[in-house]
Amino acid sequence: MPIEIDIAHVARLARLDLTDTELESYKAQLGVILEHAARVQSLEVQPNVEAAHPLGLTNAFRDDELRPSLDRDEVLGQAPEAIDGHFVVPPAMGAE
Amino acid sequence: MSWEPVIGIEVHVELMTASKMFCGCAVAFGGEPNTRVCPTCLGLPGALPVTNRVAIESIMAIGLALECQVSERSVFHRKNYFYADLPKNYQISQFDVPVCHDGHLDIEVDGQTRRIGIERAHMEEDTGKSTHLGAGGRIHAAEGTLLDFNRSGVPLVEVVSRPDLRSASESRVYAQELRSIVAELGVSDARLEEGSIRFDANVSIRPQGEETFGTKVEIKNMNSFRSLERAIAFEIDRQIELVESGGEVIQETRHWDEESGVTHSMRVKEGSSDYRYFTEPDLAPMVMTPEWVAGIRERLPELPADRRARYAAQGLAAETAGVLSALDAGLRRLYDHAVLSGAPPRSAANWITGEVLAWLRKAGVDAREARLDGPGLAELIEMVDDGSVSSSAAKDVLAGVLSGEGRPREVAERRDLLQVRDAGVLDTAVADVLAANPGAVEGFRGGEEKVVGFLVGQVMKATDGRADPRMVNQLLRERMSG
Amino acid sequence: MIATSLSEAGRLLRSGATSAEALLDDALETASRTEAQLHAFLTIDADGAREVARQADADLADGIDRGPLHGIPVALKDNMCTRGVETTAASQILAGYVPPYDATVVARLRNGGAVMVGKTNLDEFAMGSSTENSAYGTTYNPWDLSRVPGGSSGGSAASVAAGSSLLALGSDTGGSIRQPASLCGVVGMKPTYGTVSRYGLIAFASSLDQIGPFTRTVEDSAVALTTIWGYDPLDSTSYQGEYPNPGARLDRGVDGLRIGVVTELSGEGFEPAVEAATTDMVARLEKKGVEVLEVSLPTFDIALSAYYLIAPAEASSNLARFDGIRYGLRVEGATTEELMARTRAEGFGPEVIRRVLLGTYSLSAGYYDAFYGQAQRVRAAIQEDFASAYEQVDVLVSPTSPTVAFDAGARTSDPLAMYLSDICNIPANLAGHPAISVPVGLDEAGLPIGFQVMAPPLGEETMYQVAAEVERLAGFEISPRALEVAT
Repeated sequence: MPIEIDIAHVARLARLDLTDTELESYKAQLGVILEHAARVQSLEVQPNVEAAHPLGLTNAFRDDELRPSLDRDEVLGQAPEAIDGHFVVPPAMGAE
Repeated sequence: MSWEPVIGIEVHVELMTASKMFCGCAVAFGGEPNTRVCPTCLGLPGALPVTNRVAIESIMAIGLALECQVSERSVFHRKNYFYADLPKNYQISQFDVPVCHDGHLDIEVDGQTRRIGIERAHMEEDTGKSTHLGAGGRIHAAEGTLLDFNRSGVPLVEVVSRPDLRSASESRVYAQELRSIVAELGVSDARLEEGSIRFDANVSIRPQGEETFGTKVEIKNMNSFRSLERAIAFEIDRQIELVESGGEVIQETRHWDEESGVTHSMRVKEGSSDYRYFTEPDLAPMVMTPEWVAGIRERLPELPADRRARYAAQGLAAETAGVLSALDAGLRRLYDHAVLSGAPPRSAANWITGEVLAWLRKAGVDAREARLDGPGLAELIEMVDDGSVSSSAAKDVLAGVLSGEGRPREVAERRDLLQVRDAGVLDTAVADVLAANPGAVEGFRGGEEKVVGFLVGQVMKATDGRADPRMVNQLLRERMSG
Repeated sequence: MIATSLSEAGRLLRSGATSAEALLDDALETASRTEAQLHAFLTIDADGAREVARQADADLADGIDRGPLHGIPVALKDNMCTRGVETTAASQILAGYVPPYDATVVARLRNGGAVMVGKTNLDEFAMGSSTENSAYGTTYNPWDLSRVPGGSSGGSAASVAAGSSLLALGSDTGGSIRQPASLCGVVGMKPTYGTVSRYGLIAFASSLDQIGPFTRTVEDSAVALTTIWGYDPLDSTSYQGEYPNPGARLDRGVDGLRIGVVTELSGEGFEPAVEAATTDMVARLEKKGVEVLEVSLPTFDIALSAYYLIAPAEASSNLARFDGIRYGLRVEGATTEELMARTRAEGFGPEVIRRVLLGTYSLSAGYYDAFYGQAQRVRAAIQEDFASAYEQVDVLVSPTSPTVAFDAGARTSDPLAMYLSDICNIPANLAGHPAISVPVGLDEAGLPIGFQVMAPPLGEETMYQVAAEVERLAGFEISPRALEVAT
């Protein structure tokens, strides 16, 4: 059975402004894909360990040293909009 | 109905590492916008984080200072939400295995010790800063928000207390003590006004004796210890008033407005946020070995509570110990050196918390630049004790030393403040005064003690106030009794 | 072609029989002849490449030899950041984006004197198995221009097959190097996770992505790997220990090795020609002295399901940064929230949107444990399955892909059908193990079939040892007849 999802809620969480038609279409596709994905629940024997990096990496640190920062012009050159060395967005920054 | 306030405090501490949490950009205050950014802290495609070891050692130090358990194994999580000042639209933070957990902080409130539980201390990265166009005298007519990512990626330690605080003043003490510990550890500037330490409070009320918690309200934007106390006090009253007039406290975030002295509701969120936490796949798990933890513990400096206990053991009164402990490190070092040089602890503490502090503040001089050292203070105290100078003259001597005129004895000589203690000179003066005041002598021999004071005063007058009053007193008594 | 392998080109360069510039001209000429039909490239940087080629020739003349890639024309999948050169991840949301830094592998190629011909086409953000999800048009299969080259690294695979580069880098998250290698008749491998730096690779699924080489021979592959792998302090998942020597046993033969044929990777969905080619190669290896065992890894049956929860989840988070604020496409909005949502809806293609929605869902409150959480448990079980298999055998083998190249458009309306292209490849990604595809033959329609060899972590030496033998036994010729390729 394809799985029913609250597609509008998921789209909002993901900040995707989709049309109603698109939402319906994705909802149907996701329902089928999730049905297949839900087969992970058929795992019979629980593993003894957590999934980990194959080479068991831990404690990958760096020293507290400075590295050169980017040149601001190069950075702001890619910005869709910039003023006085700042990036710019509309006044309301958005809710969480 | 008697209400009990229940308060928890969340502290964000910006660490004073040289470089950011996950990249090599500099950690600094101010400067031109977007000049301390790189692919990692700007969230460019393809960038990756690498953890700053010193930041981890700093959070371990904070946790140990707060008597926390350091987790043997800790991982980072992604906290996913969209916000313009969050370049990756997720924050690398910690979820269920923070670096430190389950500690406490003991605070002194009204002579009582209160133990405030610490739930956790976890590591995360700071966000960028936004300013609104139109603010700060900008010319642009257009509306908008400006973004500066210099602060993005600065290491942030979040310390969360248990809801064990019960009053606004307690909360202030807790916040101040936490701040002073962090500053003492040297891991952060911890300046409230600069934002390198930030406090949020969770405030709720419940009927006295009730065990379950009421609905809590988060209070933000408290930019000084005073406003923290005022804000919490206001919120407690607001909630009590609200409930007593039949209303209900709603879970929300409120903004403290220092000018108007009230908390304002921020927009109520539709449903709570779903951060979709999952283990950060770009970072390796951290293993805090017992050896590593022990090494950090060994290098911890003396913490405020231990220091106050040491002062008490040295004989200082609790209040003096508290005042001294809260002073600048330079002044506290002065105290320790003075005591090491032989000064009685109480005298040293009194001089420092009194005359020395007053002089420095008036002159606008930083303690570190004070021209008085430990042996010098000890010398001055000894000069008062042995009568070389009167206690009032000593204040002048101190002023002279702090102004750079030299060591105490030099200053006293040069300023002609040394008391006369020459037995021969004083004996003559005493004899003269006694000869001139036979009635007083009669009175003393008849049992009137207070004439001694009058006679001492006469000798002081005759010697221009330079005689050592104690010696004079002694000589007078000897002569009159003998 | 002046040289039909990287190693041959290197010999000719050092003997003076050819030059880096000549090799580049050869590659560019092939490109100009084939690109109209193939569309393997998104960007060709002829001027930049020529400058580097001339410098490479000058260096060699001065006695400066930068190693096996010196003067070799290479291509890079367009999800690797190249400073000063447009990098789009085949998405509209990065149209015109020029990175201010090089990926670590790019820096290594530059330092090695490689001549970067250009950036190759891919499925948008590396999500797909046919390169049809590119926002800039699809790439076609050099062996049959009505078919797909596979994906997501279709452009890199097609370029090497056609001869417009002697080495192309791709990325493999769920088979995206091996599957197109199989469909295009070239060698493609995915290294042990953590051995090739991901710094500068536009992330799809962080715990699965690995960069790897497409080459025309197994020897080339081993050589190329050594130039790009190694510890990188800029990548926290980068391996710091000792690295093997991949080419150490290429001429050793396979006598005495134990090979496991994976039971689950056969049967329904597998084309007869593909199964026959696999069985045939196994039989030939057996004659060369290997011990063959049938090995069952039951968790492989739910590997695809686990992958389609883990990869989209990580992707949904990795792609959150594309919001129209700091770089790339911006669609205006009255609020920032609107700006972000409109930018993303317009800038992302349907497959990307599908996976972002899928990933967001599987991480969301109430669903995390049953979906993402459970998928990670399956992943651990797969790692355990592999571990016990490798107690019995040295390498595991299977077809690289259940089918040969399919028609363009054949699977685009059925996402699940497209996802099934990768069932043979995904387990190695989930476990972080190395795996390689070697072309072993053609089906009746003349379409290439690939043979996959999988090995334990850091087992590249053994993997290449077997792959070299497979290559010798197959005697496969890279001659994509759909293109008029002069060899």
